[in-house]
Amino acid sequence: MIAPVSRRGFVVGVASLSAGLWTPRLVRAASTMDFDEARHLLSRTTFGATPAEIRAFEAQDYVAAVDRLLAGVRRDAITPPPGWLDEGPAELRRQQRAARAERAEAQKKQGVDGKPLRATQPIQEQGRELRNWWIEEMLVTDQPLTERMVLFWHNHFTSSLLKVRFPPALFRQNALFRREALGNFATLLKEVARDPAMLIYLDGMRSVARQPNENFARELLELFTLGEGHYSEADIKAAARAFTGWTVDRQTGHFKTRDNAHDGGEKTFLGQSGRFDGDAIIAILLRHPRTAETIVEKLWREFVSLKPDPGEVKKLAGSFRANYEIKPLMRAILLSAQFRDPANRGGLIKSPVELIVGTVHLLGLPVPEKTQLVRMMQGLGQMPFGPPNVKGWPGSESWITTYTLMLRQQFLRRIVEATTVASMEGAMMSSPRNRRIERREQLPMRSDDSAMQMAEPTAEPRPVEGRSLRYAGDEARLGPTLSGVDSATLLRTLLPRAPIDTVDPARTPGATVAAAMVDTAYQLK
Amino acid sequence: MGRILLLIELKGGNDGLNTVIPYADAKYRELRPGIGVARDHTIQLDEKVGLHSKLEPLMDSWKAGDLAIVQGVGYPYPNRSHFRSIEIWDTASASNQTLSEGWIARAFHGATLAKGVGVDSIVVDTNALPSTGPGLRTIVMQDAENFLRQAQALKDAGGMKDGSATGNPALRHLLAVRQEINGAAKGLADKLRNAATPKEAYPQEVLLGRQLELATRVVTARVPVVAIKAALGGFDTHANQVQPHERLLGLLAVNLATLRKNLIAANLWNDVVVMTYSEFGRRVRQNASGGTDHGTAAPLFVMGGGVKGGLHGVYPSLSDLADGDLKHSVDFRSVFATVAQGCWGQQRDFGLRQPQRLGFL
Repeated sequence: MIAPVSRRGFVVGVASLSAGLWTPRLVRAASTMDFDEARHLLSRTTFGATPAEIRAFEAQDYVAAVDRLLAGVRRDAITPPPGWLDEGPAELRRQQRAARAERAEAQKKQGVDGKPLRATQPIQEQGRELRNWWIEEMLVTDQPLTERMVLFWHNHFTSSLLKVRFPPALFRQNALFRREALGNFATLLKEVARDPAMLIYLDGMRSVARQPNENFARELLELFTLGEGHYSEADIKAAARAFTGWTVDRQTGHFKTRDNAHDGGEKTFLGQSGRFDGDAIIAILLRHPRTAETIVEKLWREFVSLKPDPGEVKKLAGSFRANYEIKPLMRAILLSAQFRDPANRGGLIKSPVELIVGTVHLLGLPVPEKTQLVRMMQGLGQMPFGPPNVKGWPGSESWITTYTLMLRQQFLRRIVEATTVASMEGAMMSSPRNRRIERREQLPMRSDDSAMQMAEPTAEPRPVEGRSLRYAGDEARLGPTLSGVDSATLLRTLLPRAPIDTVDPARTPGATVAAAMVDTAYQLK
Repeated sequence: MGRILLLIELKGGNDGLNTVIPYADAKYRELRPGIGVARDHTIQLDEKVGLHSKLEPLMDSWKAGDLAIVQGVGYPYPNRSHFRSIEIWDTASASNQTLSEGWIARAFHGATLAKGVGVDSIVVDTNALPSTGPGLRTIVMQDAENFLRQAQALKDAGGMKDGSATGNPALRHLLAVRQEINGAAKGLADKLRNAATPKEAYPQEVLLGRQLELATRVVTARVPVVAIKAALGGFDTHANQVQPHERLLGLLAVNLATLRKNLIAANLWNDVVVMTYSEFGRRVRQNASGGTDHGTAAPLFVMGGGVKGGLHGVYPSLSDLADGDLKHSVDFRSVFATVAQGCWGQQRDFGLRQPQRLGFL
């Protein structure tokens, strides 16, 4: 614990020197990035970058690079929304009933293959489409930082499909997170309190003056703003009363207020008294210093290091509280000496979504069907729109247990062994053997090994070049994102630090990628 | 020597009042007019309390005298946050105290464990906190075959002897986990490969069934672990709780009854202690949504061939409430102290000045 502190001290020293004494030309030179720093900046603000993406930032002025990252932020998704977006809950209920009837009918018949027919359930099907839609957006967006922030807010203001059971509301909540991804936290908080998915998830829609439901009020204080230890049970009760009457229209699925269900009486909340409504409670919370600190600490753990620097957090939170603009806060975090400290590189663990989206992006793999990617995310403990509870995914070290580490390695090995170099040419779509190989191209990622065993090479000559990266030697054809790059650069692209296990530097690029991806250091960012 | 503790977490805060029902108390029906369990859905245990009828599969165990119900379990200054309260339970801390080590790990402080197979505790759900600590080698595993196959593919960390990871806690954690997998895989492989499938199949509609099947294999293979942990989720019943809660109780009971039959058949029922727990009970008064909000004390179940069945502790009064909540009569740390002594012969007070000696073990 002593070494990083002294290294950090050194970096701070250099930064202050450069600001005060060095000539302007040297200032620019001093703040220019090399390959490794550009990689660090991108690995923390995207899902992982290709050599070309890193090179586009390399040799740029660091501050200009950060400003460029922040300037490009999107407020809307590129991917067109699913078709059912405007259906209200009444329509969904009707479809569920129809599907139930169909299922009952289908149980009487048998499918062609002897198994009973399975009618899809509309909610499950919409949920699947919703998750695939977001993963698609993460993969195609030109602004991955935006999606990283959407994921951050999803993990802060959690809602789960399992409880909400109304996918259009979760889509709109996701759109809200994107609109305010790097916008304004005060706006975001006010909107979240009115967000139908949140009102369903934390029972706000059922909270009435006669009997206020405390679920939302409790999490608002404990998780969304102040944090444990900064409020009393009485504050929760008062806040719960203030939010009564905010509900969801059962026909449209949109927010509405019910005045007769609102408790307009006097409340005492965090030492203040008045006839508070929900917005008044939020205003009080926004004036409390803990609210900004909670957000800064969480952003720090997401983007900088596992151990927030208390002094720096206080300082950043102090500025953040002035107007709750998120972009200047993120700018300050990315420009902080701690973020740039080389000792912090490789100091965070990739989340399952980062690991999977990042790997697919880095290898340039075509994955037309996202369902299997989502299933792997679920196995690794991070199903989008399905946080384990209102506290969200605890993240960092808890991503890695004996179970998930093995599953991660399995996923990566499978990608290395079975997906990479084939050029799908010629008439090869007919025989069952070919179809098997084709399936290999689409990431066989079942949680058992049967897909792997099926894909085991046989003695017969193969109709396609589908050889494993590891053994492909010089013929290995990397995808467009990695081809033409030398082994040393590939290693520095894939890993944030030296590999843990020995990687032979003289190996072919294909073998280097294979070795790097199954190296333990690949789990770090 | 020693018994294996099979811990079953009921996630979300089980409604104790609708599990072990104070059917004779008029207050019960007054405070729960909509969701109170009707008299004819209550299996009478004594003149005051009864089990929910969905728990009927547990009656074999009750009649055989190996099902203990510890009533009114909680702690002073109860915390009503799921995360905080389960942390308090899992680490056996006081309400105002934050500990990072699990209570099972703490129970083995300074004790010598059998070196045997490289694993001391197996978690078949996902929350490993109770057995998390430097002294216990804990493995999280949902499927034995898969675990062994994958562990083989994960080589040992050969290149990290230079200590370059010490400044990086994330990397340190990764390497420690990797080592744990390697150690455990070596020991478990032979044991589990020869384990028989449980005699009676577990219901498969909830994960708990699969978890208990794996637990049964671990026990019958005589893997020398001190604890196995499983879980059943869904107990956070804030709204329209009657049907979902009944369903959960039914699933719990059927699975526990199957477990009991399997372990009796394997002649290992005396070597296992099964205990349920949950982060809190629920408010006495139902809420306006036909559900219940986070509360305090609740009963828990302890089963096993060496368990002294019957009712233990005192059912909290429904007339003498603290801010609408039950006052606990048994501190959960007394329950843990009893288990630590009865299962592993470890004398622990878990920070209590005078742990209550409970007679169930």
